[in-house]
Amino acid sequence: MKHYLLIAVVLLSFPISTTRAQTPDVMDIVVKTVEAMNYAGGDVKARIDMRIIDSHGRERIRQMTMLRRNETAGYGPQKYYVFFSRPSDVKEMVFMAWKNTDRADDRWLYLPALDLVKRIAASDERTSFVGSHFFYEDVSGRNIDEDNHEFIEETDEFYVIKSTPKDPGDVKFNHYTSWVDKTAYLPMRMEYTNKRGEIYRTFSVQTVDVIQDHPTIIDVEMEDTAMGGKTALHYSAVKYSIGIRENIFSERFLRRPPRDYLR
Amino acid sequence: MRDYFLLTAACFSFVGTAVAGEATQAAEMTQAASTLNRTDDIYDNNKDALIDIYGFIDTRVGIRTGSEIAGDKNISLGEVRLQLETRPYVSIFTFNFATDFLFDPVADRYAVDLATGDGAIDPRRINVEFSPANFIDMKIGRQILTWGTGDFVFINDLFAKDWDSFFLGRDVEYLKAPVDAAKASFFFDVLNIDVVYTPKFGADRFVDGRRISFFDRTTNEFRGRDNPLLFDRPNDWFDDDEIAARAYRSIGAVEAAVYYYNGFWKSPVGQNALDGRASFPKLSVYGASLRGPLAGGITWIEAGYYDSADGAALDPLIRNSELRFLAGFEKEIATELTASIQYNLERKLDYDGYLNALPSGASLDDQDKHLVTLRLTKLALRQNLELSAFNFYAPSDKDGYLRFNASYKISGELRVEAGGNFFYGSQDHTFLSQFRNNNNIYIAIRRNI
Repeated sequence: MKHYLLIAVVLLSFPISTTRAQTPDVMDIVVKTVEAMNYAGGDVKARIDMRIIDSHGRERIRQMTMLRRNETAGYGPQKYYVFFSRPSDVKEMVFMAWKNTDRADDRWLYLPALDLVKRIAASDERTSFVGSHFFYEDVSGRNIDEDNHEFIEETDEFYVIKSTPKDPGDVKFNHYTSWVDKTAYLPMRMEYTNKRGEIYRTFSVQTVDVIQDHPTIIDVEMEDTAMGGKTALHYSAVKYSIGIRENIFSERFLRRPPRDYLR
Repeated sequence: MRDYFLLTAACFSFVGTAVAGEATQAAEMTQAASTLNRTDDIYDNNKDALIDIYGFIDTRVGIRTGSEIAGDKNISLGEVRLQLETRPYVSIFTFNFATDFLFDPVADRYAVDLATGDGAIDPRRINVEFSPANFIDMKIGRQILTWGTGDFVFINDLFAKDWDSFFLGRDVEYLKAPVDAAKASFFFDVLNIDVVYTPKFGADRFVDGRRISFFDRTTNEFRGRDNPLLFDRPNDWFDDDEIAARAYRSIGAVEAAVYYYNGFWKSPVGQNALDGRASFPKLSVYGASLRGPLAGGITWIEAGYYDSADGAALDPLIRNSELRFLAGFEKEIATELTASIQYNLERKLDYDGYLNALPSGASLDDQDKHLVTLRLTKLALRQNLELSAFNFYAPSDKDGYLRFNASYKISGELRVEAGGNFFYGSQDHTFLSQFRNNNNIYIAIRRNI
């Protein structure tokens, strides 16, 4: 009897799984993408060199070290710690965020000259991160439940996904299209289209490296024709799974940066 | 001396409760450290130099728009300030050295006074940080200290402020005066505790007339540069000491804290009956605060019981005990435009005593002093331009104080700013209105180095 059942199950499930292989499950790709881009390794430390180039070609630099820790396996809450080292007027400043999946993120800023731990409202995820063309949600990943995702096509290299916000009043874009690398599951290009159907914001990856088996974005740009100019990020000294303790992401280490991790 | 015992007792009781958890944490630390060492050599081709000196040169000029009183200069600000900072670390010790070198012909006092900040050199942070155990952080030496929830309104933060700098239009970092203290922080699973011991009282850099004129209620006259306030500061090491403590933890997204302070009123709110000199009566404060997200913004409440020196209720020369309460809310109301509003109450707790003891003809305060603050901050041009306005309004005193500032980062190294400080009100004796002769506008240029 057991064998019969097994055969029946196999026969029944077979047509379903072949259909899946032909049209991949869009949520599966979306989750894998966000996990590859923002969740690799359980925790990570990286140095980020940011170049903000305005519409006149003038360039400003920011240099920071980012620590990120996942609170659960896979897509879920996370904690971020960003320690600024350049330019000198923001040196030793710390930005900390607890990314929540069930409610707005918690954010803090530490200003060393005043020894002030300031709590900042996370009302708008789509405000510029430290004056760059990246938004807060570009850095920590947009909540996947905020959009309806639609599978457009599969090319030799990419899955093409169209994402439309569930609450269009929330954001400037009408939708965005992502080209997700089929092996690395990294979004190599994302184009944001406004309500007039024009592409005004482009996220493009220039360099990917495999670090500790994790495909890792090394160079990425965000260009924004609405604002003018672009911001380029270069990641270096990327280390995964270094065992960052949870308590690093607390007021204690805002006031006293954890040198062991930041060196 | 009392503070000493409290400090020692506090240290011992904390060590006792935490020693059990320490062993496992220590094992984790060692493991984390060895992981780091293994991976360290692979990268880090861009390692920072051990000694990295940075800072700024800030040139600032301001003029008084109010009338001249008691010899006040027309120029409110005229100074060049060089700040140099470095944070080297050796073994488990991190050293902080940040010192200001100041050329200030308006003050025209170059002899260095570490307590008042007078003179050509004003060390801001000269301290060492280390962790004697993995649940303790120590910071010993001259440091800037801040806690509590208020925005320019302080209830349980009794660390020294520099009101002259605040009112004259120096950078907002100068609102905080340095404190010579030892700070011990203890971190446990259920609660974190900070204890700050200041062996010699560190007063505010308060308005005494030399830079900012004020109204002296005892003599019914404005006092300025020609006749500044005379005062006696508690000045004995270990006898005139201060202790400040905070216990805090997060409850979900809400941060809760309780506070204790024992020391002196930070500005001279008393008067010596014999020689008429201003004095700093004893003060203890017990308080609490909550801060957390609400309705897409951040909200905070804080309260404190100010227990003034013995006999304050009946002595017109000592400030009354008070209950203080603060509630605030901040929200980004449009893209890169943040607004915040606060309500602050100061209630005299022995008002009948105050009324009875008040000399006839003296200015009379209400029992409750209400204060409402409003802040608007707008960022523009890739956050390189910041426009901010902060208004204090006291409906009970019918006076107020408006601060505004525009600052623009020309490049990563260069910033220019302009701003002003305007006090308003019709009476001479109310707290904010008394400074209205000091209304000023200023410009500044700052170069990062």
